[in-house]
Amino acid sequence: MSSIANKLVLDFILYEKEEWPNSALMKFKTTEILPEIFPGQFVQVKVEDSPETYLRRPLSVNFIDRGNSCLWLLVQKVGPGTRKLAALALDSKVNMILPLGNSFSLPEPKKESGIQNIVLIGGGIGTAPLLFLGKSLRELGYLPNFLLGGRSAADILQLEEFRLYGKVFITTQDGTLGEQGLVTEHSILNEIQVDRIYCCGPKPMMQAVASLAKKINCWCEVSLENLMACGFGACLCCVEKTNKGHVCTCTEGPVFNINELLW
Amino acid sequence: MVDLSVQLKALRLKNPVMTASGTFGYGEEYLDFMDLSRIGGIIVKGTTIRPREGNDYPRMAETASGMLNAVGLQNKGVNYFVKNIYPRICDFDTNVLVNVSGSTVEDYVQAAEIIQELDKIPGIELNVSCPNVKEGGMAFGVSAKALCQVVKEVRAVYRKHLMLKLSPNVTDITVLAKTAEEQGADSLSLINTLLGMAIDAEKQRPKLSTITGGLSGPCVKPVALRMVWQTYKAVKIPVVGMGGISNTADAIEFMLAGASAIQVGTANFIDPVVSVTIAEGIEDYCQRHGLKSASELTGALRLD
Repeated sequence: MSSIANKLVLDFILYEKEEWPNSALMKFKTTEILPEIFPGQFVQVKVEDSPETYLRRPLSVNFIDRGNSCLWLLVQKVGPGTRKLAALALDSKVNMILPLGNSFSLPEPKKESGIQNIVLIGGGIGTAPLLFLGKSLRELGYLPNFLLGGRSAADILQLEEFRLYGKVFITTQDGTLGEQGLVTEHSILNEIQVDRIYCCGPKPMMQAVASLAKKINCWCEVSLENLMACGFGACLCCVEKTNKGHVCTCTEGPVFNINELLW
Repeated sequence: MVDLSVQLKALRLKNPVMTASGTFGYGEEYLDFMDLSRIGGIIVKGTTIRPREGNDYPRMAETASGMLNAVGLQNKGVNYFVKNIYPRICDFDTNVLVNVSGSTVEDYVQAAEIIQELDKIPGIELNVSCPNVKEGGMAFGVSAKALCQVVKEVRAVYRKHLMLKLSPNVTDITVLAKTAEEQGADSLSLINTLLGMAIDAEKQRPKLSTITGGLSGPCVKPVALRMVWQTYKAVKIPVVGMGGISNTADAIEFMLAGASAIQVGTANFIDPVVSVTIAEGIEDYCQRHGLKSASELTGALRLD
């Protein structure tokens, strides 16, 4: 659950990149030993030579290959900082602080837990941490259901990778891929008895998923993307109001059980 | 061998680098990254007599070369600090000063009296300049009369190092600096954040829940440097300079302008070891310039 590993400031090299109009999958390597990183944790990436981007960019870890010291980030081009990152050339050096934040709560291995159906719901770039989470669940014996939503087909990324670890269900608002509509409207949610939901995406989407989870009385964790400055609990900017008052999403989150939130 | 130590009256710092309140938590947040004994001191998060929830989210807006914040002095109160935080941080091998804020003179006095009892806290930084709290803080920092009263009454009860953090949101900072000196402040730290604002053009709404907030980062440095220079010329007590310091050259500039020590603030968020890098950089600078001690830099600006 928690980040036991010490936080480090590490340099990485960009060794592979796949780019789409609004996003990029960036694969990094370090010559150092990667600390242990859990699904749901994030990194703070420094953006060089961009005066309008003073702060680091918090990005959730998309995938880890610890043996080879590789770390993948999925970057959505939303502002000058993320555009600059996505435009980096291969072999560029990138500085990151990691690992940051808590992580998704992993269940006991399937043969002990009695949990049948786990649904991982991602909206837009919010699908990023779900690949790493899905792989971890697969290693625990589960066959996760990935429910991925976007405005249109172009927003649905990494389909091949998701299919390696579980079943994939898709909704798009314009109907260009999968079922037309919102993730909360997908037929799979009526067809199976959902035991557990993990969710990451835009706040309105996560709130809709949270209220659905409450309605069907289902365990549910969401990963918040509050604006932050430091990422390690010093600035107190990224707070979310919870049943414990204002807490930092960078240290006590980004993952919260929906029962902790005042949604 | 360069002597990096500096004196703020009776308070000795092993080197001129401190970390600014509100950017360094209680120091614990940085233990993974750095050895706190490598810097002259840390100023821990603004502490008030009663717990404060702080302002609503969103509290932060990034700006060109800086950021606005409107945290609003979120803290668990001075008694919580004494009971739960102080025991964890009292053995840090550096000067730990507590930043004290309040809404009334009585708040400041009470908090100062409580903190005075803590053996390992050699001083307080009186925060009369937080722009993000409606009912207090800055009200004391922008009026010489109100400032006079709060410094006088805290001085009457507080016997250790009393540093006063000045607001830049005034017409003439030297008026307030002189008032604080007359009332017995031991040193002055400046500047706190500049009152600013950010708007989301698409949404046509303010970016901060409080509409306005405090600007910090490299964008405020020229203003801060000017105010340190003016203050240095106006008072005899030591000046602690801050405002956008991000590297060794920035720190040297503040010392040349008159600062006896400096505080690193917002830059800690981007580079959590920057304060150590700057302390090492000052030593290197002194060696290159043939200085025997870092304190020779204070006010050494050449005007010929």
